[in-house]
Amino acid sequence: MAVAAPTSEPRASRRARDVRRGDRIFRGLTVGAGLLILGLIVAIAVFLVWKALPALRTAGFHFFTEKTWFPDAKPAKFGVAALAFGTVLSSVIALVLVVPVAIGAALTLTELAPRRLGTMGGYLVDVLAAVPSVVYGLWGVYFLVPRLIPMQRWLSDHVGFIPLFHNTNNTFGRSVFAASAVLAIMILPIIAAISREVFRQVPQANREAALALGATRWETIRMAVLPPSRSGVIGAIMLGLGRALGETIAVALVLAASFNISFRIFEPGGNTIAANIATKFGEAGSVGREALIASGLVLFAITLAVNMAARAVVYRSTRIAEGKV
Amino acid sequence: MIGAAAIGVTALLFTVTELQGVLDFLLVAYLVYLAGQSAVSYVVEGARSAKNRLALTLLISALFLALVPLVAVLYYTLQRGLQAISPGFFTHSMSGVGPLENAGGAYHAIIGTLEQVLIASIISIPIGLLAAIYIVEYGRGRLAYWIRFFVDVMVGLPSIVAGLFIFAFWVLALNKGFSGFAAGMALAILMMPIVVRASEEMLKLVPNDLREASYALGVPRWRTILSVVLPSASAGLTTGIILAVARVTGETAPLLLTAFGFDAIRTNPFSGAQSGLPLFVFNQAGSAFAVAVARAWAGALTLITIVLLLTVLARLLTRRNRLV
Repeated sequence: MAVAAPTSEPRASRRARDVRRGDRIFRGLTVGAGLLILGLIVAIAVFLVWKALPALRTAGFHFFTEKTWFPDAKPAKFGVAALAFGTVLSSVIALVLVVPVAIGAALTLTELAPRRLGTMGGYLVDVLAAVPSVVYGLWGVYFLVPRLIPMQRWLSDHVGFIPLFHNTNNTFGRSVFAASAVLAIMILPIIAAISREVFRQVPQANREAALALGATRWETIRMAVLPPSRSGVIGAIMLGLGRALGETIAVALVLAASFNISFRIFEPGGNTIAANIATKFGEAGSVGREALIASGLVLFAITLAVNMAARAVVYRSTRIAEGKV
Repeated sequence: MIGAAAIGVTALLFTVTELQGVLDFLLVAYLVYLAGQSAVSYVVEGARSAKNRLALTLLISALFLALVPLVAVLYYTLQRGLQAISPGFFTHSMSGVGPLENAGGAYHAIIGTLEQVLIASIISIPIGLLAAIYIVEYGRGRLAYWIRFFVDVMVGLPSIVAGLFIFAFWVLALNKGFSGFAAGMALAILMMPIVVRASEEMLKLVPNDLREASYALGVPRWRTILSVVLPSASAGLTTGIILAVARVTGETAPLLLTAFGFDAIRTNPFSGAQSGLPLFVFNQAGSAFAVAVARAWAGALTLITIVLLLTVLARLLTRRNRLV
């Protein structure tokens, strides 16, 4: 903004000052809003740490090694070992299930489908993202869980020699696998949507060059589209992982909670940090609530790290795609 | 042709072996189709072409597989919800309803959700918009970069953590107790980054010529933003805000820790526990009684209808905007 000459025209100078003041105030408001959001992240960390401290002091280092959750008992005995294990296990299985489907769907929408169909498919995937998690949970319990039982039973009977698929007590149903299947459906839209954006940013010239050399459609995808998209897709997968780690309600409804560390994903049981907060909060006493906050702090730290890494990767890949690096 | 052959071969397989079931049939038919297609293509067209066909078929199947849960969720919720829903569901609360009674409804929860989402919108829309304006109109350098980065990171904040934060801050530290307002604040934390991201995209679409034309007329920058940039982006901004509202309307986990849940009608959001529609569904779904589960389905249908209507409304707005 030009500085007005104050000598000749007092009125104009006052106007210029008003303009500057208006701009300063408005700019200040917008900066304040931005800083508020930054402050919010800090505030979340500070308050969670503050209110979790008593519980962390009670449990000591056992908080990270103890599997059971009896914070209100005397003496209190609780820890996040089993919960953190279940959180990571269910999310990783969800990723294994969903990544091929999400990337395949995104590739079909960008590379194979006609433009209009691609846009429509994108809308449908968005609708999948709009369904509330409590509805997925309810649907998971009453629709998906019974329908997954035959498959789990078959795998357990025929390839049960692999410990992952082994079921020792012959009851099937609300297993970690079922929870992972629901999680997979819930994180499909975010992975598919971001991968789609990433594939779209690949220059059309790449594809045309490959096709002109006589490559088939698949060879074009494999050699001209996938390599430049790699880091962006990895970012998308990590964002999906962050979502899966923090998902609460659907897992709380689907899982039959238990506090053990087991890789047998077809057996009922297992638990996650988020689901444990949802199911235990109502009945928790004052120590119990602080203990739940402490477990939430662990979840916050994990998801923050995953999300920050994911965003950094996505940023870098889009900057590369835009030719800025 | 290969498709028909595949179904035929599978039918034969199912009659001679012990395989059975519709899903199994489809799965086996699909595998036979893939194998048949690859074999024929390999013989007729060569290895590269066979690989191409196999890969493309798998990719297209992935898209269909991705859409199966969408259809299944919507169809099943509609079916179970319609069986359970009745006019009384919208006019009664759960006050004094026994565990086995087929009575009561979600009136109190719907009131709660409306108030909580309204509070969340009042808090998060102005802040979100201002932050987006900063990023697009003023933001240069490191501060803008970090704000943008952490807004993106906050989009991935687990909703239960937002609830825990308000619980630790509002309920424990300030000792204000559970309330609809606390729930509104938790939802606002989740809504803010979504509003910023959506608004940012829309503000970026406003052509620079418009801003420069306004500056050339001597209009100060802040007036330019308020009376030129925002109005020309208004349709897109509305879409983004509606989508954000739709997103937080379905959030359950934060309500659990901040509104806590309450069976009777409570219209004052500032004092005392309150229910919300997603929380109502969660509580009823956790019950062992069939009547409660039926209420959960009725609530789920109501919730999904509200959320999908908002989503479709938002999309229609963008389309109109694009045509103009």
